[in-house]
Amino acid sequence: MFGFKRKNLSALALVGALACSASLMTHSALAADLKIGLSADVSSLDPHYLNIAPNVAFSAHIFDALLNVDANGKLVPGLATSWRAVDGTTWEFKLRRGVKFHDGSDFTADDVIFSMDRPAKLTNSPGPFTAYTKQIVAKKIVDPYTVRLTTAAPYGPLTLDVSAVFIVSKKAADKAGTDDFNSGKALIGTGPYKFISFKRGDRIEVARNDQYWGGKSDWDKVTFRIITNSAPRLAALLSGDVDAIEAVPTADLSRLKNNAKFSFAQKISWRTIFWELDQSAGPARYVTDKAGKPLPKNPLADVRVRQAISKAINRQALVERTMEGLAVPASNIVSPGIFGYNDALKVEAYDPEGAKNLLAQAGYPNGFTLTIHGPNDRYINDEQVVQTVAQFLNRIGIQTKVETLPLSVYFSKARTGEFSMSLLGWGTLAGDFGLRTLVGTPNAESGWGSWNWGKYSNPAVDKLIAASLSSVDQNKREVFAKDAAALALRNYAVVPLHHQYATWALRKGLKYTARTDEFTFAHQFHPE
Amino acid sequence: MLDFILRRLSQSILVLAVMSLLVFISVYAIGNPIDMLLSPDADQLERARTIAAFGLDKPLWQQYFIFIQQALSGDLGRSFSFGTPALGLILERLPATLELAICAIVIAIALGIPLGLWAGLRPNSWSGKSIMAVSILGFSLPTFWVGLMLIMVFAVQLGWLPSGGRGETTLLFGVPVSFLTLDGLQHLLLPAFNLALFNIALVIRLTRAGAQEALLQDYVKFARAKGLRNGRIIGVHVLKNILIPIVTVIALQFGSIIAFAIVTESVFAWPGMGKLIIDSIRVLDRPVIVAYLMLIVVLFIFINLVVDVVYSILDPRVRLSDAKG
Repeated sequence: MFGFKRKNLSALALVGALACSASLMTHSALAADLKIGLSADVSSLDPHYLNIAPNVAFSAHIFDALLNVDANGKLVPGLATSWRAVDGTTWEFKLRRGVKFHDGSDFTADDVIFSMDRPAKLTNSPGPFTAYTKQIVAKKIVDPYTVRLTTAAPYGPLTLDVSAVFIVSKKAADKAGTDDFNSGKALIGTGPYKFISFKRGDRIEVARNDQYWGGKSDWDKVTFRIITNSAPRLAALLSGDVDAIEAVPTADLSRLKNNAKFSFAQKISWRTIFWELDQSAGPARYVTDKAGKPLPKNPLADVRVRQAISKAINRQALVERTMEGLAVPASNIVSPGIFGYNDALKVEAYDPEGAKNLLAQAGYPNGFTLTIHGPNDRYINDEQVVQTVAQFLNRIGIQTKVETLPLSVYFSKARTGEFSMSLLGWGTLAGDFGLRTLVGTPNAESGWGSWNWGKYSNPAVDKLIAASLSSVDQNKREVFAKDAAALALRNYAVVPLHHQYATWALRKGLKYTARTDEFTFAHQFHPE
Repeated sequence: MLDFILRRLSQSILVLAVMSLLVFISVYAIGNPIDMLLSPDADQLERARTIAAFGLDKPLWQQYFIFIQQALSGDLGRSFSFGTPALGLILERLPATLELAICAIVIAIALGIPLGLWAGLRPNSWSGKSIMAVSILGFSLPTFWVGLMLIMVFAVQLGWLPSGGRGETTLLFGVPVSFLTLDGLQHLLLPAFNLALFNIALVIRLTRAGAQEALLQDYVKFARAKGLRNGRIIGVHVLKNILIPIVTVIALQFGSIIAFAIVTESVFAWPGMGKLIIDSIRVLDRPVIVAYLMLIVVLFIFINLVVDVVYSILDPRVRLSDAKG
């Protein structure tokens, strides 16, 4: 009996030791998983199908581009280690050696050429990436690790365009359609993660690519949960179902800040919110005199009136109250730190008396009636922002009415130019791009001014923008871009309001390198 | 019975045609889907090219005609934002919504009928009155708020149940379902309860009213006089006779649960059809909107047909005929 007991005891001890070590092992294995709550649905896994932010953010996990964008919006080497402009219209990219796709095949110049050609083949896409590839008129493979791209005319922003086109594997994607990407068959890239599964509208799972050229990420497996509604997304973080969320609802931020179990990451986003003002000469539909009769001239065509509107807005109060501290007053169209940001431009000081004087000088001592428009489901607190600005305008004598519309109706109507003062948000990584699209004289053939609803037209500004876009020397390009911004904004082509903040909330023990482009990258999360 | 069904089918085709026309016209009136999806960096030429590629520059009647042609061969178009066939998208999400709806109906029946019977049999007791008071809450509390409260209490504070999403799925006859796994059931419980709340209240009130009415009938007195057990009287005689209005309401509610579980699906991030339709409406993804609404019309017609047929089985006094019957 004694012997039996002793054998039993030692057997028990052995089992106990094994169980302890097993649980320790599983604990360390489990600790390397990450669950992220996304705020917008990923509609397609094909990196060239649709150019919307959620799709691009996800594609960056599976694929790389020749150049990547860092957290501050600057271009850094990706699959290309160096690049230079050989002459005005030719650029040479040296490719990274030793990079392997997820299926083990080598990355070479063939894949680059195939990827640059592919966006033009996807004719069934409503928002293709051809905007970034159409400047390239010729591509040449110099050797398996050197590629030359030729543009029709000198084009300074080529590297920015190239950073938007993901490199897919020619072998895997040659005969593949969008459906093959969504099912995962053709989803072979060089990125930090490999694809596991995709349940549309619910979740996407990826696993770490141990052979990634940029170093192994900290997470074995990442699950993206798609929770578009902000309250449930926050609840998922609070209940521990996810480790981090993006786009934290502004009303709940103070509550999270006081909660020791969660931490925060935020950065000034590239998105600038500003007002487009109709600057055509004739009578404007939404501007009338105090009695309601249409005015013979459009007051907004007068730069003094536009300046008065800008002076009337107390941006500091807007940011502190309406945006609950989650914004920064803007003086430029691009965010601070972005290429082309002009430090010399200062935020317009709040000066209601000066605004009234300017209105009187322009011939409107008693003001006029104006209806301003904005979306109500697109930008952070957009409806409240429009209402706040209306209040400011009322105080200087412009009787203002507010109309906000869902995005689907808003953009269609705004494009026709019928609104007098309309809200828009714009995010870009290059000042000259933004200026060309927003304040460049509208021209259907050249593609300028496609979002210039107010039809602002200034030949001097156009010349500076053109000079910037055709400068292959990046320093010269930046000088032109800054000058163009200064000229346009001193002329009040648009009235900048604020830059939004991009916010992330994380559970304690994690940190995130917040990004200007608002993207959520799993490989930028690190344990503390 | 057969010509009744055939007549119903021909009526439904007319309804389908009218529905598709209405959707076409209304989406056209709202705006251009391309503006929602076009890359911000695309210029005017790109926009024009994309509009032409999707046939959105053609006059409305021509677009509708092309749509009808394709629909007759079973192709309801490709979604603008997803790029996959619209019908395929909806059918992919259908099992999730059906699962939720069926679970909600089961909860509604399992909780509603016993509680309603109890309240009907003991209308003046404390328990009967409190059941009726609680049922008023079921009607009046907004689904969105109740859903959020459920998440806050059970997921955040207590941590008993997950806060949203769908659980592990297994294949049942090739269809992914989640109620066969424990994880799936945990995810299913809160959204199904949230969706069922209104219907529980409905069923309670209907059952109570029906029970009170049935207890006054002669056949109940006759059954008691014959000496049948109370349980048998209520469970067999009373219940069967009050089922007809309950079946009608549940069947109609089933249709509207499937069609409009949007709020619950949004709050619980449940990957069903409701969420798909609200997102598609927001970006004016017309093929998906049209395909979805046509599917819902077919569903409602089918449910109504089934209800009429079940009527004639449940109640021998009902004859199957249209309009006059």
